Amino acid sequence: MQLVLTEDQTLLARTAHDFITASPPIARLRKLRDTRDDRGYALDRFTRMAELGWTSIPFSEQDGGLGMGFAEVVLVTEAMGRGLAPEPYVPSIVLAGRAVALGGSAAQKASWLGPAMAGDKILALAHTRRRARFDLTCVPVRAAQQGGGFRLTGQATQVWGGHLADAYVVAARTAGQDGDRDGLTLFLVPAQAPGLASERQHRVDSLNAAQLTFEDVELREADVLGGVGQGHALLTRVVDEATVALAGEMLGGMAEAFDRTLGYLRERRQFGVAIGSFQALKHRAARLYIELELSRSTVMAAARALDAQRADAAQLVSLAKAKLSEAYCLVANEAVQLHGGIGMTDEHDIGFFLKRARACEMTFGDAAYHRDRFATLGGY
Amino acid sequence: MTDVESVRGELVEFLERELPAQLGGPPPPTGDYWGGRNPELPHPLSRRYCEVMAARGLTAPTWPKEYGGGGLTKDQARVFTAELRRLGLPVPLVGFGISMIGPTLLQFGTEDQKREHLPKIVRGEIRWAQGYSEPNAGSDLASLAASARFDGDQLILDGQKIWTSYADKADWMFGLFRTDTGGKKQEGITFLLLDMAQPGVEVRPIKLISGASPFCETFFTDARAHTRDIIAGAGNGWTVAKALLGHERTMIGDLFGAGAGAHAPTKGASGNPLAELARAYLGDRDGRIADPILRDRVVQISMEERCFALTTQRSVDTLKAGHKPGPESSIFKIYGTELNQRRNELTISLLGPQCLGWEGEGFEPRELVQTRDWLRSRGNSIEGGTSEVQLNIIAKHVLGLPD
Repeated sequence: MQLVLTEDQTLLARTAHDFITASPPIARLRKLRDTRDDRGYALDRFTRMAELGWTSIPFSEQDGGLGMGFAEVVLVTEAMGRGLAPEPYVPSIVLAGRAVALGGSAAQKASWLGPAMAGDKILALAHTRRRARFDLTCVPVRAAQQGGGFRLTGQATQVWGGHLADAYVVAARTAGQDGDRDGLTLFLVPAQAPGLASERQHRVDSLNAAQLTFEDVELREADVLGGVGQGHALLTRVVDEATVALAGEMLGGMAEAFDRTLGYLRERRQFGVAIGSFQALKHRAARLYIELELSRSTVMAAARALDAQRADAAQLVSLAKAKLSEAYCLVANEAVQLHGGIGMTDEHDIGFFLKRARACEMTFGDAAYHRDRFATLGGY
Repeated sequence: MTDVESVRGELVEFLERELPAQLGGPPPPTGDYWGGRNPELPHPLSRRYCEVMAARGLTAPTWPKEYGGGGLTKDQARVFTAELRRLGLPVPLVGFGISMIGPTLLQFGTEDQKREHLPKIVRGEIRWAQGYSEPNAGSDLASLAASARFDGDQLILDGQKIWTSYADKADWMFGLFRTDTGGKKQEGITFLLLDMAQPGVEVRPIKLISGASPFCETFFTDARAHTRDIIAGAGNGWTVAKALLGHERTMIGDLFGAGAGAHAPTKGASGNPLAELARAYLGDRDGRIADPILRDRVVQISMEERCFALTTQRSVDTLKAGHKPGPESSIFKIYGTELNQRRNELTISLLGPQCLGWEGEGFEPRELVQTRDWLRSRGNSIEGGTSEVQLNIIAKHVLGLPD
């Protein structure tokens, strides 16, 4: 495992960074929010990301992808994090797309994976229900077997990128109960399936989410993704992969919030001098910088561990998510404080990072969840 | 990579066959050997082990061969370290000669100075002390006042140094002395080398809160040094001093890398010494450390150790890839030392009231050692540049914040 970028990776990082920051990215998110834009992101920008090949990164050449890995995915998400880009890269590509790639039949891949990579179809993963926090065995939908098929009922919440998605990967319980790893089944469900209703949810971070209600949605055996009752391993794997992708986004977000804060410390003058000359503030900035460097190491390591399928990959994923959850929230809190009065206002952009930091923390497990998982995986 | 692997073959041949033959016994299993005129021997064969390794340049693997070093590249030296570890062999020689003044002489010394001093360092003949801090020059090192007056081809030294690590065991000192009191305080400082075995040099150990005395006060009264032992010229000492501090920060950061808990019990099921200590003192419930709050603290420190190890690895990988050292290396001293303090505080918490022993009955030896280690660790964020100074350095040189 080499914790250094190759030349190709450096180039990809630079291209992604330039693409995201070419026009003022936070102003774009602000406009989408304030105009209550129907879609909540820019479709043409997402298809442009597809044309650049980024949506094909984590898929095998056999599946029509580029055969690259998460070491590359995190470079794209880091750039997106710097600009708080709302395009559904993680939900459609890394979460649901990877679930289809890993568990889908040839027919399912043909219908959904290619179009998802092209940006023509949007996928999302429905695996969370209200108050279940982060337990992947507490799924939102129950699937009753009947005849040769299944009947789904239940309600999924905060389905990331689920608003205006074309199909959903749905985590359902076909047997057993909360806490059981066996008895979970993933289904690939078109958005138009009768009995399925999607309602847009408005979140604090202005990113897309949807609440999905399943009322006797009838599915066939062919709609199952992977094996019946075998969904937990697949769900855990794609959530781990998406967690690393999200950690990359968080790294970009905290780096950007930090850079903006440094800029403010240099510019803002009080008592006749730049406030960045005050030692109390210098030391706080230096402590944040330490967190930033440590965070970067964990993201690089977790991504490479997944790519190499190392035995400690899951532990490194939890290390990265625990670290980034705490560090991004810390940096965002400090960024607002160090901006002073203007930092409290909606007019200033820094508050967007505070909101996104918290949303990221609460996605795929917070620091406490991942510390517990890290220890459990470590045997203590 | 072929030169790296060919070196591995030679090194393994030497370590597995020639070394035991020349030693005349099994190599010392552990213990730091500092060398010097009257060396302390952590093991009866420590000195011989050092000499045999030094004859191959392996006490300073990356230094040039003409000064007694091994002439290895960094990659090759890493192979050497890995082979030592694999064979359970200790590093043959430690100390400030190898880690601080040697690299500084390679950078700033004249040909004569290098030929005079480096081979003696390599062979472990001279143990070095660092004369930097003074009672009134701590974090503000440049305000130092110990003086050196020219007297022909000699210098006359007066004043006091403090926090001179192991000065009571050292043979020579590299130190900072004021040769000019006019101008900016950074100017007029001279970096020079001196023999400590002379009447004008007096050393008194300082007892710390841990009970140990790793530091000393050193007094100079008409002591003598030679002008040929001035490094980089009179008045240019501040530049040399800063470069050497960089070597010191690196050494300290390395020292406190992940898993540095020297007195951790043998690894158990988890392979995590802290977790096994917690299990031993707090019990186990369904495979977990029984106390959920202390378990969470164990995880936090274990995670921090992993973060730090990954960051040092990233720094090494960056250099190996042919890039310049990244700014991340500026965090190693402060983070490594403060992490060591947090690790020691947690260990104390895990021991509970058993951490309160000073000596004698009712406490296991490892508990007594741990208590001393905890007290000693309080100095980690002070010695070698306080955490506050490290933060200043990061703010100024990495973040570019204004003065």
